[in-house]
Amino acid sequence: MSSSSYTISRSSRASRLAAIFGILLLVALAAAPWWAGRADMRLLSEIFLYLSLACLWNLLAGYAGLVSVGQQAFVGFGGYMLFALAMFAGLSPLAAIPLAGLLGALIAVPVAVLIFRLRGAYFAIGTWVIAEVFRLSFAQVSALGGGSGTSLPVGIVKAMASNRSMREATTYWLALGMAVLVLVVIYLLLRSRNGLALTAIRDSELASTNYGIDIWRHKFVVYVIAAGLTASTGALIFLQKLRISPDAAFSVNDWTAFVIFIVVIGGIGTLEGPIIGVIVFFLLRETLADLGTTYLLILGLVAIVVMLKAPKGIWGLIKARYGIELFPLSRRVVDRDLEN
Amino acid sequence: MDWINAIIQGILLGGLYALFAAGLSLIFGVMRLVNIAHGDFIVLAAFLALSTTTLLGINPLMALVIIVPVMAGIGYVLQRSVLNQTLGDDILPPLLVTFGLSIIIQNALLEIYSADPQKMNAGPIETASIAVPGGLNIGVLPLLMFVVAVAVIAGLQWIFYRSALGRAFRAVSDKQDIAQLIGLNKAHVFGLAMALSLAVVGIAGVFLGIRTSFDPSIGPGRLIFGFEAVIIGGLGNLWGTLIGGIILGVSQNIGAQINPGWQLLAGHIAFLIVLAVKPRGLFPRID
Amino acid sequence: MPDALLATRELDAFYGDFQALFGVEIAIEPGEVIAIIGANGAGKTTLMRSITGLLNNSPEMVTYRGHEIGSLRADLIARRGIAMVPEGRQLFQSLSVEENLIIGGQMGRKGPWTLERIFELFPVLKERRAVPATALSGGQQQMVAIGRALMSNPDLLLFDEISLGLAPIIIKSIYDALPNIIGDGMSTIIVEQDIAKALSVATRVYCMQEGRISLEGRSDALSREQISAAYFGV
Repeated sequence: MSSSSYTISRSSRASRLAAIFGILLLVALAAAPWWAGRADMRLLSEIFLYLSLACLWNLLAGYAGLVSVGQQAFVGFGGYMLFALAMFAGLSPLAAIPLAGLLGALIAVPVAVLIFRLRGAYFAIGTWVIAEVFRLSFAQVSALGGGSGTSLPVGIVKAMASNRSMREATTYWLALGMAVLVLVVIYLLLRSRNGLALTAIRDSELASTNYGIDIWRHKFVVYVIAAGLTASTGALIFLQKLRISPDAAFSVNDWTAFVIFIVVIGGIGTLEGPIIGVIVFFLLRETLADLGTTYLLILGLVAIVVMLKAPKGIWGLIKARYGIELFPLSRRVVDRDLEN
Repeated sequence: MDWINAIIQGILLGGLYALFAAGLSLIFGVMRLVNIAHGDFIVLAAFLALSTTTLLGINPLMALVIIVPVMAGIGYVLQRSVLNQTLGDDILPPLLVTFGLSIIIQNALLEIYSADPQKMNAGPIETASIAVPGGLNIGVLPLLMFVVAVAVIAGLQWIFYRSALGRAFRAVSDKQDIAQLIGLNKAHVFGLAMALSLAVVGIAGVFLGIRTSFDPSIGPGRLIFGFEAVIIGGLGNLWGTLIGGIILGVSQNIGAQINPGWQLLAGHIAFLIVLAVKPRGLFPRID
Repeated sequence: MPDALLATRELDAFYGDFQALFGVEIAIEPGEVIAIIGANGAGKTTLMRSITGLLNNSPEMVTYRGHEIGSLRADLIARRGIAMVPEGRQLFQSLSVEENLIIGGQMGRKGPWTLERIFELFPVLKERRAVPATALSGGQQQMVAIGRALMSNPDLLLFDEISLGLAPIIIKSIYDALPNIIGDGMSTIIVEQDIAKALSVATRVYCMQEGRISLEGRSDALSREQISAAYFGV
C-alpha cells in the first residue's frame, strides 16, 4: 500500500447510495400526478415548500450565523409580488414567480444594510421588525385589498393551464422544482469558496460581536440569495392558496415558527436536518392537528426539549452514532486500496 | 392643539414602552440573553392580573402587589430550571428556547382565556384628568403610569450601579469564572436578574391591561416595542431606554394623527431611521 | 501528609479529550507557603483551576480539610476559604477599584482583612478608589486583584503568575509586600515562572513539567541543577 493510494474525497458509500436513492425518489415524485390523488399532491406540494423554507432558514442560521425570526417578510413579499405582477403587469404566474424572487433579493439589499448593524439576538428581532414593516405597508395598499387582502382573479388562474388537473400538476411540479432548486443552490453554495468561508466563520466566531468586511460580504451574499429564494417560495405558496392577506402573508407562526421547528428537530447546520425535520413535522401535524392550540403547545415543548437535550437534532444523533452524511460536504481522507 | 396633545400622549405612552424595554435591557446586560418571549410574559402578567382582580374583586392596581412577586418567582424558576442551560458561546439555544416559550405561552393563554380581547377596569381613576394651561387635559392614569415608569427606571439604575446585587450583576456579566471564584453562584445571580426582569414585566403587564384591551396574540408586538426602545436609546443605557420609549410613543402618536393606519408603521420607521443614522442608538453607553 | 490543609491525589485533569494533568499529587499544611514552578504549558494553571473548582474532576482527587472537593462548584469552594489571584489580574471592568474590593468580600467571611486594611497595605488604591479598575496601571491592578482575594479572608490563597507581564520594579514591590500579606499564617500557593522569586518566599517547591510533578522538595535543599533539570527536562 503506497502513500499515493490515499485521496481526499467528499463522497462516501452512504452519500453515493443516497444520491441514487434520491434520483429514484425524485423520478417517483415527479410522476405523482399519474399516481397520487388530489389531496396527496396538495400535501406533497406543501411539504416541498416547507422543505425549501426550512433549508433556506437553515442556511442562514445554521451556516451563516444569521438567526432570523423574520423570514415571513420575504414569504409575504414574494406572495404579494406574484399577485401584483399578475394583476397589474399582466404577467403569467409562471413568469411572475422567478421575478418575485428577483425582487425579493433586490429588496433584501437595503434591508441587509440596515439590519446587519444589529448583532446576534438583536439581529433576530430586527428581522421581525422588518417583517412587521412589510405587513403594515402592504396593509396600506388598497389596490391589493388593504388589510383584508385579495384573491387572484379567476382569469389569471385559468390562463395557467387548459384544465384543472393540468393546473394542479403544474403547481405541484413547481413546488417540487422549487425544493430541488433550493437544495441544489445551497449545496453548490456550501461547496463553493463562499461556503467554506461561511463554515470557517461559523466555527470560529459564533459569539463574536465584530466582524470584518469580508465576513460581512459573505453573510450579505447568503442573506440576499436566501431572501430571493424565500420570496420565490412565497410566491408559489400563495399561488396555491389563490388568496393573500397581510396577516396570512406575514404570519410569524406559519413561515418562521414552523420552519424553525423543522430545522431544530431535524438538525440545525446540516443539509439533511431540514429533510428529516419536515417529515417529522408533517407526521406530527397530520396526527395531532385536530388538537388545535394544544398541538402548537406540544410543538413548542418538543422544540425546547430538543434544543436543550439534543441541540444537533435528530440528524445530529444519527450522524454522531453512525458517522454518515448524505450530502458530501466534509472532506475525508480515503484509502483507495480499501475503497476498491 | 391636536398635535400637542398627540405628542403629550405619546410621551406618556413612552413610559409604558420603557417598562416593556427595561426588563429586556436588564437581562441582556447581565447575561447577554434576549428573551423572545418577553412580550408574551407581559401578556401573561396582564392575564394573571385579570384573573386576580376577578377572583378577589380588587382594583387591578392593587393586583400589582400579587402579580409582581409572582412574576419574579416565575422568572427565577424559569432561569434556574431552563434558561441557564442555554447560556454559552452559541446564541442559538437561548434564542430558540425563548422562541419556543413564546409559542407555548401564547397557546396556553389561548387555551385558557380564548382569543377574546380583555380589558381591566381600574375604576374612576381611568377617566380622571388634570386640566393644564392651554386647554389640554392630561389623564391621571397615563400620568401615573409614566411616573411609575420613571421611578422603575430610577430604581433599576440604583440597583444596578449602587447596590450589592447590582455589583454582583456587573461582576458576573464581566467575568463569569472570576465571579465564581469570589463566591458568586452565577446560576443564582442570573436567576435574580430574570426575577427582576419579570418583576418589571409584571408592572408593565398590569399597566398594559388597564390601558388597552389585550389578547394572547399581542405579546410579540410588545416585545418589538420594547426592543425598539432599547435600540433607539442605546444598548445598556436605562435612561436612554426611557427616551427611546418616548421617541417611539411620540412617533406612533404623530403617525396616528396623520393616518390611523400609520400608527405602528411610524414607530417602526422612527426605529429604522435611528438604526440607519446612529446604529449604536442615541445614547450609547461609553465603555 | 495526613493533616494537610489541601491535597491533590492522583489528579488527572482533562480539557475535553486532551489530558492536561497526569497523577499530580501536591499537599500543603496549614500556614505553609509553597511554590509551584514550571514552564509555560506545564499544567500549573490547570492545577489552579482544578483546586478552585473552575475545572471539575473526580471528588476524591482534591481534598480540603479532609473533605473531597474535586467536583465542587467554584463558588462553593470559595465559600470554604480558598481564594485566588488569577493570572492576568482579571478585574471586573464595570466595577470601580473600591467595588472590586468590596465584592471580593461579599461572602462575609470573618477575618483580619477589611477595606481599610487593604487601603493601608496599598495606599495608592485608596486615592484611586472611585476610578474604574481597568483604568489603573498593571501593577496597581495587581494590587486590586490581591486585595480582592484577601477581602474574602481566605484560609488558602493561590497566586497564579503574579509577576507575569509586570515590570521588574513592580514585581519587586509586590514581592516586598507579600510577607505582610501571608504573615498572618495564611496558607499560600505561589505559581511562578520566575524560579528565584518563587524560592525566595516558599519553604517548599513543586516543579511541574508536561502535566506531571517532576520534582518536589524544600527550597533550601534543592540545587540549581536539580531544578533546571526538572524545569526544562534536560
